[in-house]
Order: sequence, then structure tokens, then C-alpha cells
Amino acid sequence: MLKLHYNLEKVSMGLVAAIIFAASIGGIVEIAPLFTIDETVELPDDLRPHTPLELAGREIYIREGCYACHSQMVRSLADELDRYGPYSLASESAYNHPMLWGSKRTGPDLARLGGKYSDDWHVQHLIDPRSVVPASIMPAYPWLDRPLDTGLLRDSLATLARLGVPYDEAMIQAASADAQAQSNPDSDGAEGVIERYGEGVAIRDFDGDTSMLSELDAVVAYLQSLGTLTDTPYEVLAEGGQ
Amino acid sequence: MTQTLSISERKIGFWLAVLLALLGFVMAASARHGVMAAHGFMALALGFGLVFVLGGALFDPEPQQDRSSRYYDAPTRFGIVMTLVWAMIGMGVGVWVAGLLYLPEATPPWPWTSFGRLRPVHTTGIIFGFGGNALIATSFHVLQRTSRARLADNISPWFVLLGFNLFCLWAVTGYMMGSTQSKEYAEAEWYADLWLVVVWVTYFALYIRTLARRAEPHIYVANWYYLAFILVVAMLHIVNNLALPVRWTTAESFPVWSGVQDAMVQWWYGHNAVAFFLTSGFLGMLYYFLPVRSGRPIWSYRLSIVSFWGIVFFYIWVGSHHLHYTALPYWAQTLGMTFSVILLVPSWASAGNAIATLNGAWHKVRDDATLRFMFVAAVFYGLSTFEGSFLAIRPVNSLSHYTDWTVGHVHSGTLGWVAMIVFGAIYTLVPQLSGREAMASPRAVEWHFWLAVGGTLVYVVSMWNAGITQGLMWRAYDENGALSYSFVQSVEAMAPYYLLRTIGGAMFLAGTVICVWNCRATMRTTGGEVTDRPLAPQPAE
Repeated sequence: MLKLHYNLEKVSMGLVAAIIFAASIGGIVEIAPLFTIDETVELPDDLRPHTPLELAGREIYIREGCYACHSQMVRSLADELDRYGPYSLASESAYNHPMLWGSKRTGPDLARLGGKYSDDWHVQHLIDPRSVVPASIMPAYPWLDRPLDTGLLRDSLATLARLGVPYDEAMIQAASADAQAQSNPDSDGAEGVIERYGEGVAIRDFDGDTSMLSELDAVVAYLQSLGTLTDTPYEVLAEGGQ
Repeated sequence: MTQTLSISERKIGFWLAVLLALLGFVMAASARHGVMAAHGFMALALGFGLVFVLGGALFDPEPQQDRSSRYYDAPTRFGIVMTLVWAMIGMGVGVWVAGLLYLPEATPPWPWTSFGRLRPVHTTGIIFGFGGNALIATSFHVLQRTSRARLADNISPWFVLLGFNLFCLWAVTGYMMGSTQSKEYAEAEWYADLWLVVVWVTYFALYIRTLARRAEPHIYVANWYYLAFILVVAMLHIVNNLALPVRWTTAESFPVWSGVQDAMVQWWYGHNAVAFFLTSGFLGMLYYFLPVRSGRPIWSYRLSIVSFWGIVFFYIWVGSHHLHYTALPYWAQTLGMTFSVILLVPSWASAGNAIATLNGAWHKVRDDATLRFMFVAAVFYGLSTFEGSFLAIRPVNSLSHYTDWTVGHVHSGTLGWVAMIVFGAIYTLVPQLSGREAMASPRAVEWHFWLAVGGTLVYVVSMWNAGITQGLMWRAYDENGALSYSFVQSVEAMAPYYLLRTIGGAMFLAGTVICVWNCRATMRTTGGEVTDRPLAPQPAE
């Protein structure tokens, strides 16, 4: 062996090939099967993708780096089930490019956040966290009351559709109109949002100001959607099985 | 830079600068959104600057004739300056964001100075800016000395360094303007990622071409590590960053991976960024500068072979230990855990090899702060790899994951190991590059050493306490079977530790400021020739 290595050290491209070979095996063994084993991600029938408004909120969540302090992955541990809710399933993030499972909980996990707090609470909490949670160390986001830029939504949906997220042509075409309509329950487009994304979608004025579609609308819509895209985790937990 | 280039090289450089300016112009003109336009202007400005510098020197006299009989150290010197610049940025922002966890209002109320945007500025600034520049700069030095050959050409080192720093600049300014892919330690947007691939291929080509000119039959150990760093980082970077831009004229993009596959790819990348960026390359540094400074040969050649291939083979498996108890399939978690424990063997083989090398030179460790930096680096490398294997064990991870224990672990590696070995290398290189026997102020090196060690210990110990406290509070039940603490109670309990951590970080930063001042003072005074490893005779250029 030593003799072999003694010779390998004299050939730079041999060393290069050996390094690439040795460093490839682990990744291939661990990653490749995840794409071929169907059971890795069994898609539930009721799983829906994010609406355009929620997607815009998700992009703001990413932009502000929320994922650095909040995970979206409830582990299968007793205290996490008691604190947050049913453990997260792989299928729940199947449409998430990228996933936002997170790696650190400076703040709590958000995977089951949807419906836990009112829209008003979220708006207050985002603008001035310490006004609702005095001991919070979350940054304030006072600039989120600015208008939401919906200009890229159509292309965003189209791009995600190319990557396999089930956005159909109608959804793509109506993307920015749907974003407007979701925060405007009295508008004509509101029914279209239900038609395209299902009854489970929250259609209301999230930031309490119907005159303008703001980034707050998008972020709150996104936060309220977390954990509500499918009921499967609750069913799986109730059945007590994997 | 210009004095070391021949006239024809300056011409090539000039046209490359024109190309860069054009690229920047096209980006700025076609970009639909602010971030990409701003990045276009940055490339344009850099291109213009280089056009003026190179254009202005186009007809200056040719460099000295014996150029081919000397090592090419100007790029190393520039790389060290950039290392120190990014150290100030990365560590300064680090202390700032650490302070924000104690005093969340202590930042201007602007989007670009909020915690979530500054945090990746800290991580990218340190990993890529500080660590990356240090690796590239030292690799040029080590490659030439251990091969006894001059770098294969004079333009590509500059392309690699300037291009790499443009990537870093694009990345951190992008985050502040709100552009990020959100993949941890790979947040830069798609065009910056593509640019880095071009830079990296050039770097690899330069490395291999220089190795091909070596006058030594064997490739020295340090170069194996630098090679592994270059090759595997390229592989990780490309696979993890595969993304589809929303439009070719916007910074926004979506990664091709989603959900559980994305999580596995991300932590395959994330942990191997630790392995091949923050470990392999710096082990290369250790394997060169420790023997040089201590005047002792590496203790065991065989052990270095075993640990090298152990690290290259085993590390790549361990990323899934970031995903214990998650929706990742159980078998993948188990593989990650198993290999993490096995990894302790090659890791400790490296650390032990380094420490055993110092046998017979302990009096130097006592007297020479520079060598002490390297010794402490090897010790912290051993400690943090032990901690890493320990934290990867599933039940331990159930307590430690998501807490500040992880942050403490990372910083015992980055402050205690990576930064210490970099400072050891810098204090060895800077006097030599300046033609001096020693740093301008050896006393300042002592001060830096103790501030760095003290700061690291305060930081790491406070984060251990913070993490274990969090982990225990989150899982504590009262006698009625209800959770004992609300989440926000665990946040309140962190305050003293977050304050201590900020103080530890500030101590470390203070040491770095002293280092920068000392390096500046040393580099400004140029002495005579110092003894260097003789370059092997080269065929005429």
C-alpha cells in the first residue's frame, strides 16, 4: 500500500482522480437513492403549492434571513410534538425550492405556525416584536409596510412549474392578479383564487389595509399558511404510525 | 502588480479588464432589478480600475530579467492583504450581530443593517473572504516552495484573486440588498455562483500546471490537502447551487432541488464546506507552516497518508448528521452518524501528527507566539473534531441540535482552529515577504495570541452553557406532564451568555486589529533578502 502511494504521489493527475473518486462515493450512496425511492416522498392528495401571495411572502422570509433563527422542521421527539405539533413529513416540503428546514432555533420552530396567532398579532409582531412579546430579541421589520412588487410572480410560478411544482397555465397567467385578490376578499378575483388553490386558502386582508397590497400582506399570508398545506401530518400522528 | 508583469502580459491583462468592464456593463444595462444592476456596476468599476492601472503602465519598462529564477510572491502578498481586510469585515460584523442578540435594537432601522441580512455577511465574510483569501494566498506560497517552481504564469494568479474577491463582494453586498438563495454558506445568487466556477477552474488549472513544473519528484502532503480543497469544493459548489433563474435579467432564482432532497444536498454541501474549505485547505497550511516554523519534519509520513485519505473518504458521508430526527430517511441519518464517529480517527491522526511534530521544539512553542498559534490551532482542531463526532451521535444531537451549542462548536473550529492557523501562517509569511526576519512588533504578536485564545475560550464556554441550557429547558416537563418552560423563557435565559459571547468575540476582534496594524507596519518597511528555499533552475520563458 505504502509503495502504491509512494508512486501515486508522483503523478498529479493520479492524485486528482483518486481524490475525486474517494470523495464521490459517500455523496452518491446517500443522495442518489433519495431520488429513486418513491417512498422517500409520498405526496398526499390534499397537498397544495403556495399561492402567489404566500410565495411572495416566502421570498421576503428568505430575503430577510428569517431561516437563520427559525426552523421549519418539527423533529419526532416528544417535547417537540408537545410544543409545536405533529412532526414534519418529507412530503410537506416537496414543493419547496429551497427547503427552509433551518438549523438553529434562536426563535421557535415555525412549521406549525399557521392559525396559531391572529393576523393583527403578526402585523404588530413584525413591525415591533417587543410590543407583543417584551422579552423577544427578534429584529423589527418596520419597512414591510411598503408595496409588494408582484412583477416577478408570473415568471416565478413558471420557473417553479418547470421544476415540477404543480402550477398550471391558469395559475401562472393569473399570478399577480391572484396575489392582489387573496388579500381582497370582496374583489372579483377572490373566487378565482379558491378555484385554483382550494378551499383551504385564507382569503382576507392580512395587514388591515385594503388600499394597498403590502409586503406585510405577503409575509403574514405565508406565515399563516405554514403547516396548513396538507392535513396528513395530523392524520399520520393520529394513526400513531409512520 | 504591474511591475511584476511583462509588457505583453500587461496587454493581456488590459484586455481582460476591458472584458470584465463589458460584462459589468451588460449586467448593469440588462438587469431588471436593482441588485443585479448594482453588481454589474461593481464589475464595471473594477474593470475600469484595472483598465486604468494596466493601461497606464502599458509602456513602463519590462520587469527585471531574472524573473523566472524567483518565486512569484506579489499575488500572495495581495492575498494576505485581502485576508486581513475580510477579517476586519467578517469579524466586525460578527461582533455586531452577536451584540444584536443581546440588544436587538442596536442597529440602524434600515433593511440592509438588520440581523437577518448581516448574519450571512458575517459567515460569507469569514468563510470565503477571510478563509478563502488566506487559502489561496498561502497555497501559492506553499505550492511554489514545495515544488521549487515558479507559478506557471503571471496573469492567472491575479485573475483568481481578483475574481474571487469580486465573488465575495457580490455575495455580501447582495445579502444586504436583499438577494440571497438562503442555502446556508451558499447564499450567493446564481450569476455569482457561475462566476466562482470560472475563477475556480482557473485556480485548478494554475495549480496543476505549476505542479507539472515541480523540481521535486514527490508532491508534498500540503499540496494533497490544497488539491482536495480545490477539487471537492468545486464539486460541492456546483451540485448544491444548481438553480434556475426566474429570468436571465434578475438575481432571483430557484434551486432545482426541493424538500428532503434539497435538505440532503444542502447538508452534504454544508458539512463538506466545513470539511474541504475549513479543514482540508487549512490542514495543507498546517502541514507546511508548522514544520517550517518549528524546524522539525512532520512526525509521521505514514500517518499523514492515512489521515489524508481518511478525511477525503469519510467526511463526505457525514452531512446527514445535521438532519437527525427529521423527515430524512432513517438509514441516511444512521450513515451520517456512523461515519461521523469513524471520522474521529483520521481527524485525531492529523492533530496528533501535528502535535508530535513539535516534539523537540517545545522550547520554541514557549518562546515564539507564532508557533504557539499553530500549536493551539492543532489542539483546537483535535478538540472540535472530537466534539463534532460527539454531537453527531443521535441522542446527543436531540439535545444539542438547533441550540447555541452548535454555534459554540462551529466557533471552536473557526476561531480556535482556522483563524489560529491562518494567523500562524500570516506571522510566518509577512516578515518573509517583506524581507525581514521578524514582525515589526513581536510584543504585539504576544498580545494578539492571548487575546485570541482568551476570546475563543470565553466565546466557546458561554455558548456551551447557552446551548445545554436551551436544550434542557426545551425538553423539561413538570410533575403534571406539561412542558416546564415557554420558548420565550429559554430566550430570556440566554441573555448573560449572549453578552459574554459578544465580549469573547470583541476580544478576538481586538487581537485581529492588532494583527492588521502589525502587518501594515511590517509590510511598509522593506528590508533586504531573506533566506528562502532555492528555486530549481527553470527553462527560459
